[in-house]
Amino acid sequence: MTATMQSKTEAADASRRGRRAPGTARKVRSRGGSLQFGHWWWALPGIALVIAIHYVATGIGGYFAFTNWTGIGSFKVVGLANFEAIFKDPTKLGALMNTLFLAFSSVFIGNVAGLVIALGLNRVLKTRYILRTLFFMPVVLSPLATAYIWKYIFDFDGPINVFLRSIGAEDLAKPWLADPQWAIWTVLVVLVWGSTGFAMVIFMAGLASVPVEIEEAAAIDGANLWQRFWNVTLPGIRPAVAIATTLGIVQGLRVFDPIMALTGGGPAGATETLATQVYKQAFALGNFGGGAALALVLAVIILFFAVIQQRLTRSNPED
Amino acid sequence: MFRYTKLTLLREIGLWALALTFLAPFYFLVTTALKSDAEIYTTSPLAPPSSPDFSNFTAVLTASGNSNVVLGLVNSVIITAGSIVGLIALGSITGYVISRSTKRWSKGVYYLFLIAIILPGQLGAVPLYMGARTLGLTGSAWGLIVLYTGMLLPLSIFLYANFFRGLGTDYEEAATIDGASKTQIFSKVVFPMMAPATGTVTIFAGLIVWNDFFTSLIFLGGSSNQTLPVAMYYFIGSLVSQWNSIFAIVIVSMIPILALFLFAQKRFIQGFSGGLKG
Repeated sequence: MTATMQSKTEAADASRRGRRAPGTARKVRSRGGSLQFGHWWWALPGIALVIAIHYVATGIGGYFAFTNWTGIGSFKVVGLANFEAIFKDPTKLGALMNTLFLAFSSVFIGNVAGLVIALGLNRVLKTRYILRTLFFMPVVLSPLATAYIWKYIFDFDGPINVFLRSIGAEDLAKPWLADPQWAIWTVLVVLVWGSTGFAMVIFMAGLASVPVEIEEAAAIDGANLWQRFWNVTLPGIRPAVAIATTLGIVQGLRVFDPIMALTGGGPAGATETLATQVYKQAFALGNFGGGAALALVLAVIILFFAVIQQRLTRSNPED
Repeated sequence: MFRYTKLTLLREIGLWALALTFLAPFYFLVTTALKSDAEIYTTSPLAPPSSPDFSNFTAVLTASGNSNVVLGLVNSVIITAGSIVGLIALGSITGYVISRSTKRWSKGVYYLFLIAIILPGQLGAVPLYMGARTLGLTGSAWGLIVLYTGMLLPLSIFLYANFFRGLGTDYEEAATIDGASKTQIFSKVVFPMMAPATGTVTIFAGLIVWNDFFTSLIFLGGSSNQTLPVAMYYFIGSLVSQWNSIFAIVIVSMIPILALFLFAQKRFIQGFSGGLKG
C-alpha cells in the first residue's frame, strides 16, 4: 500500500519536475543515501515480469514435483515418492551420470581446445582475425541445425565410415549413433565442436589484457614457454577461465536440442540426459509430477555447481 | 621481441590446417545439399556432386503447412526483433535503476535476477504454458515475444547492470545540475552512453531467440505459425535419410544468421567477450 502511494507521488514529482527543473538537484541531494538517478519504480515492470515468468512458474512447477499430476485433471500430493522413483530408476540415474559426464567433459575439452587455439592466435599472426572468425562460426549456428550435420557425418554410410573403409580400417567403421558404447562420445564431439569457439573468444579477450611487457620480461629472465604460460599468462586470464567454465557448465548441464536431433536419447537410453528425461516425462509420457521432480533435481545440481564454481574462482589468491 | 619468424609462419599454417578440419562439416553440408536424389546414393559422401542440383532448395522454399520455411523465416524475424526491443527497453531501465540505487533492496533484486539466469526453464514450462493459454498468448508471435522477453530479461539486466557499475555518474550529475529531469537524463544522456551494452544484449538475445527450438515448439505447437527451427524440425521429420533435402533446409536456416555474423563479426565477437568479462 505504501509502495503504491509512494510511486504516485514520485510520478507526480516527475511530471512537475519537467517545468520546475532548477529545484531538482537540491531535492535529489536532500534525500541523501537513497536513489539519486532514475525512479525506483522504473524497475517494477522488469521485476514483475521476471518474478512471474521465472519464479512463479518455477515455484508452481516445483510444487507439482511433490504430486502425481499428469498434466490434466486432478492430482494428489505424494510427498517424496517422485524423488524416490528417480533414485530407483536406472534410466534416470544413467541420465544423471550422462548429464554430469557431458557437461564436465565438454567444458574441459572445449576450454582446453579454446585456450590452445587462443594462445596460437595470440599476437603477430597475420591472419588471426580471419582464423578467429572461422573458429567462432559454429557458435552462432543453432544447435539443432549443427546436430543434423553431425548426424549425417556419423551415419553408417556417412563420411566417417566411408573414410575409414577407404583407408582399409573396415573394423573401425560402426553405426556410431546406434552403438550404446559410442553414442555418448559422438554427442560429446558435437558439444565440443559447438563450444570451442566460444571459449576461444573469451580467452582471446583475457589474453589481450595480459601486458606484453611482463611476458617479455619473463622471457628475458630465462623462463621457458611453459613457465611463461603457467606463471604469467594463466594468472592473468583467471577471470576469463572462471567465466568460460561457469557458463559452459551451466549450459552443458541443460543440454537438450543436440541430443533430440542426434539420438533422441537412445540407443536404449545411452545418451539420455536430465533435460531430455524431463521433457519426455512431462510432455510425452504425461507424468508431469515425475518430470517436475527431475527438473527440480536438475535445478539444484545447476545451482550447486554454479555456486561452487563462483567460490573456487573468486577466492583464489595469487599463489 | 615477439616478431614474425619462421616458427610463426609454421604456427599460422598449422592453425589454418586445424581450421579447415574444424570446418569440414560445412563441406559435407554444402556438397550433399547440391546432390540430386539419385546421387546421394551413388556418389561417395566425400565426393562433390558431378553437377550442382538446386532443386532441393526450390523444394524447401515451396514447402507448405507447418513446414512452411518462408513463413517460418518471417515469423522468426518478427519474434526475434520484437524480443530484442523488449529486452533493450526493460533491461536497460531495470539494470540502470538497480545499479544506481543505494537502497538495500536493490542488492536483493540483483540476486533475484542472477539466480533466474541459471534456473532451468523446464521446471516452469508447463505452468507457463497453462498461464499463456489462459491469457490467449499461445500460438501467436505476441505471446512468444512476451515470453522470450521475460525469459531473457535476467541476462539482459545483468549485462546492463554490470555496464552501469563501471560507468561513473559524472554525466548524470552534470545533466542534473543543468536542470534535466530524470526521464530526460535517462533517455538523452544515459541511453546513448550504453550503446556497447545494448550491442551485447542485441547479439546475445538475438542469437538465443533466433536459434531457440524448445520454447517455440511448445508455445506455437499445433498452429501453422511456426518459427524457422520448428519449421525445419517438421520438414526434416517427414524425411528419412534424404540428406540432400535435409541439408538444403539446414543451409536455408543458417544463411541469415551466418550472413549477419560474417558481416558484423567484429561486433559479434566483441559483444561476446566484452559482455562477459565484467
